[in-house]
Amino acid sequence: MIKDAYNETIKTFRVEVVRQNRPGERPYSEVFSVEYEPDMNVISVLQKIAARPVTVAGKPTTPVAWDCGCLEEVCGACTMVINGQVRQSCSALVDQLLAVEPRQIRLEPMGKFPVIRDLVVDRKRIFHNLKRVRAWVEVDGYFSMGPGPNQGQHQQEENYPLSECMSCGCCMEACPQFLKIDKTQMSGESENEFSKRVQPDFDQGFLGAHAISQAVLFNNHPIGKLSAGERLDALTAPGGIQLCGNAQNCVAVCPKHIPLTTSIGRAGRAVTIDKLKKIFGA
Amino acid sequence: MANSRVVVVGGGLAGLACTMKLCELGIPVDLVSLVPVKRSHSVCAQGGINSCNDQTRQLGDSEWKHFDDTIYGGDFLQHQPPVKEMTDWGPNIIELMDRLAVPFNRTSEGYIDRRRFGGTLYKRTAFSGATTGQQLLYALDEQVRRWESEGLVRKFEYWDFLGPVLDQSGICRGIVAQDLASMEIRSFPGEAVVIASGGPGLVYGRSTMSMMCTGSAASRCMQAGAKYANAEFIQVHPTAIPGADKLRLMSESARGEGGRVWVPRTPQDPRAAKSIPEKERFYFLEERYPKYGNLVPRDIATREIFDICVNENLSVERDRLSVYLDLTHIPAAELDRKLGGILDIYQKFQGVDPRTVPMKIFPAVHYSMGGLWANYERTPAGGMRPASPVNQVTNIPNLYAIGECDYHYHGANRLGANSLLSCIFSGLFLAPGLQTLILNAPHGSVRDVDASVFAGAVANQQQRHDSMLARTKSTENPYLIHRQLGDLMTKAATVVRRNEQLEAAYEKVSELHARALNCGMSDTGSWTNQNIVFAKALEDMFPLAKSIVKGALQRDECRGAHYKPAFAMPALEARDDEGRRAEAEGWCDRFEANNRKWLKSTIATWNGSHPDLTYEDVDTSILPPRPRLYGLVGAEMIESVWKMRTASNEAARRIQQSTT
Repeated sequence: MIKDAYNETIKTFRVEVVRQNRPGERPYSEVFSVEYEPDMNVISVLQKIAARPVTVAGKPTTPVAWDCGCLEEVCGACTMVINGQVRQSCSALVDQLLAVEPRQIRLEPMGKFPVIRDLVVDRKRIFHNLKRVRAWVEVDGYFSMGPGPNQGQHQQEENYPLSECMSCGCCMEACPQFLKIDKTQMSGESENEFSKRVQPDFDQGFLGAHAISQAVLFNNHPIGKLSAGERLDALTAPGGIQLCGNAQNCVAVCPKHIPLTTSIGRAGRAVTIDKLKKIFGA
Repeated sequence: MANSRVVVVGGGLAGLACTMKLCELGIPVDLVSLVPVKRSHSVCAQGGINSCNDQTRQLGDSEWKHFDDTIYGGDFLQHQPPVKEMTDWGPNIIELMDRLAVPFNRTSEGYIDRRRFGGTLYKRTAFSGATTGQQLLYALDEQVRRWESEGLVRKFEYWDFLGPVLDQSGICRGIVAQDLASMEIRSFPGEAVVIASGGPGLVYGRSTMSMMCTGSAASRCMQAGAKYANAEFIQVHPTAIPGADKLRLMSESARGEGGRVWVPRTPQDPRAAKSIPEKERFYFLEERYPKYGNLVPRDIATREIFDICVNENLSVERDRLSVYLDLTHIPAAELDRKLGGILDIYQKFQGVDPRTVPMKIFPAVHYSMGGLWANYERTPAGGMRPASPVNQVTNIPNLYAIGECDYHYHGANRLGANSLLSCIFSGLFLAPGLQTLILNAPHGSVRDVDASVFAGAVANQQQRHDSMLARTKSTENPYLIHRQLGDLMTKAATVVRRNEQLEAAYEKVSELHARALNCGMSDTGSWTNQNIVFAKALEDMFPLAKSIVKGALQRDECRGAHYKPAFAMPALEARDDEGRRAEAEGWCDRFEANNRKWLKSTIATWNGSHPDLTYEDVDTSILPPRPRLYGLVGAEMIESVWKMRTASNEAARRIQQSTT
């Protein structure tokens, strides 16, 4: 048995979940009482609730909907707001949460993405932003063309941390400039129709630290560099890097400790130099 | 080609590699995945990807030796041509992934760095920190996004594959899938369907696999008539971190970079690990396997760790079985550069820094060598014929299987860092075969299939869905049944297998199956109903669970990951050379007899409630089977008798040839 922040032995603890049945509907909250076990994380808490979906008041309810995948903080699926902080629920350990805030854990969906149900949000926009900055290398093809360009250790060590980004959305959730675009697929609307309807908004919205950092990653790769100009153009288009207000929240919440503000700084310099070159025709 | 769409189910390494290659060939793809493809389970692969390379080549390595290591590691259960083709392709695949911007670790001169992995003596493994799978997946995800932005790929993420659509002649014409948000069920017609759905870890409850690895897609194909092969060959990884919700992998690369496995010689020595002197530590893998040391293949390392804890009572702790995996002798800066990702995972979930304190680890279910049965076309040289539509096709025409859910490549035991290779290889290699299929259209085109075929398939799935929702009176709980299934499978069908336990387990699995088919829903809604999606997946775990248990029960031998002490080959006991030689002769006779009986793939077909098993010969025409001992101390005589036997057989064959 462990003791909580009040130095009391924990047998059960409360979990408040902010729920929502469908897109556009009003959120409401439900509280569950969960039996304490050693080594729990928020995922195992939600699994327990799913196995016995009864609120603390004894009212039977539906299992809470949530997203998860790898459970070791490399896939990014299970991101949510836990006790007010955006993070992955798999690495949110109950002992640590209760040691700071006794007796109760509060789970909310991310606020910058439309809720589909309960803790599940629609993060398509994150992947759309990767298209905007052309976050890929344009190779000639997938045939055998011999080894890639030689690269020094320092370059690998610069790129690898940026490449660990799992597109979880924490940096966007924390960013004051990244505003919610609250549109979800309506019933009877095909994926295709929906993506056409939402695309103009996605294209105007702020890219966020995530996509900016990915543009920097590919512009720092020997093959990716060859199309650096297109990525720089994307970074200065509407919704681009100029919207960054330098709040630096992104880097503070990144679970992978990616140097996002360094990336934004590098992107800013590259964009300025590119602009000057264009002005002076260099 | 532009009107001939292929449906790919699953967006891990195999599915994405196949999709991107199809797009390059101008074939549009509908990519259907349970999760956004960037979040597929391939992200969990840590250690690296194998190929022969310029450095190992100069030490005597070759594609042939990589092939030999893979077959020997798999205990000769693989058909050899697909494996030979894969190992021949290895170097090209790594070069391709390098061009696709995978940040492989570099040598100081700027070349791709390599490390050693289990079951080989060469440093074949290219790696990207300790998150190689994630990095490879991202590179393929980026390429597929590029094709998506050009309109060749339509992604259907958060869609659950419910089954293949077969026409009246049993030819696959597409799939039925369900949108996990709106719960809409619809069909996706295709000229071919590629299943790349990964492994079935959830059949074991907790494993190193991700939460979407239910095996349901493969099972749904099996229930539609596809053969499932070698189900009983489940890899238990030697080193994982036990956890309440998941057993988190601790990569073999930890040992590849010099990590050592040990236990205190005194059972449950209460001292801190670091203060136990060297001579009081038992480095049991190094002592028993001096040639391979900590890098014996996974099945062997797992059995030794299990044995040390269970039979020799040398577990580090009494109530929680574990051994030490020790990296503390390696400089922290080097560890961060090469293993940072996995050390962070250990620290995050265990609260202990493995750079300064040895990790406590124990084996966990990790990978399925078995999977959907698939075909291949052999070339006279012993490889697989490029662009043949026969490669990777299941017994259902136009239905293909690649990646972990396909049974080729790893036999009875997979070598570390070979799965990333087999996934990317099978995906890339399949695409030109599908192009041939579409060009020749031996089974006609989906365009000529009557719409009623699709409507019927959708109606069947809708009926299944509706009837599950209508089970309001049942008190059976899918989550609790899943936990019981996991406990049962973990106990009976992992490291050590005994017939009486397997028999009892089969009965209990059957009981659970009946109960699972009657689970009640705590959510009867029609929007993002995860409850019914899970209940469906649970129902579909049982055909695989039953195939695993029945396959294990019937296979009375030891091969790779499948270990039955009652049928283990005996150790040599005589002290004198002559006695040992006689015993070794007997050992080799028994080895040959056993291969004649059991060197066969297990083929399971679903009869509606149980799997029926048959056995199929394995193509071992390129590399003859030999005893798999990995230089075990005390088994030298067997190796020497076997060598003489092979040499005299060879001499006899030559004499016969010259006289005829």
